[in-house]
Amino acid sequence: MLASMFHSLFAIGSQLSPELGSSGIEMLETDTFKLHCFQTLTGIKFVVLADPRQAGIESLLRKIYEIYSDFALKNPFYSLEMPIRCELFDQNLKLALEVAEKAGPFGPGS
Amino acid sequence: MHLMSSELFTLTYGALVTQLCKDYENDEDVNKQLDKMGYNIGVRLIEDFLARSNVGRCHDFRETADVIAKVAFKMYLGITPSITNWSPAGDEFSLILENNPLVDFVELPDNHSSLIYSNLLCGVLRGALEMVQMAVDVKFVQDTLKGDGVTEIRMKFVKRIEDNLPAGEE
Repeated sequence: MLASMFHSLFAIGSQLSPELGSSGIEMLETDTFKLHCFQTLTGIKFVVLADPRQAGIESLLRKIYEIYSDFALKNPFYSLEMPIRCELFDQNLKLALEVAEKAGPFGPGS
Repeated sequence: MHLMSSELFTLTYGALVTQLCKDYENDEDVNKQLDKMGYNIGVRLIEDFLARSNVGRCHDFRETADVIAKVAFKMYLGITPSITNWSPAGDEFSLILENNPLVDFVELPDNHSSLIYSNLLCGVLRGALEMVQMAVDVKFVQDTLKGDGVTEIRMKFVKRIEDNLPAGEE
């Protein structure tokens, strides 16, 4: 739900931009959380919702991209564009979130 | 990252190709299968490449050629092919592989004269570039296995795939 809404919002956002070649929405800020988005050159979006005071989200997003390419894409039994149901992916994602949580002052909410 | 013996890799690839030769009647079908497998590898491998190499979007085909030869080949095969024979329009070039790790121990038998042994590589390049919105034609034009002095992969830019452009890059 959130993903598909954000996807459209992102597309509209990048079209509305007065500058050509806008990167699209990288961050949405509210009082209680920040939504960070990282779009790869292949067009995949990674979205993290985190406490507004949480630092280091950018490197966390890059890390998640690595985890995705390692534990989803390199698993020969994972089918492209399907939901990721890979144990190793979940484990490593959880680990990365824990590391980010410890590094930053407050915890990200996935 | 743990390292694997490159010989085991070469042998595994050899086993794959010879099995395909047993499974298919003619070399053309084997070539097609190798290309298809390579394509499936390429569309996945590109994400690993982008996640790890921190390479940004290329502005022209020359930059793409550089990244393929100097970063991608280096990263995955440990070799750096040279880039030559640019077409005047700048939409075609050749990668010259001095030593192709896939063929280290290979001698092509006479009855497989039209087998393109390393055709997997063409598929990988095609699949990977397709995911960054570039349609390309990739083929071997020279091969040391066939008695040529070097191995040459010809790459031709076909078009930008506008449909798959990520938002914000139209």
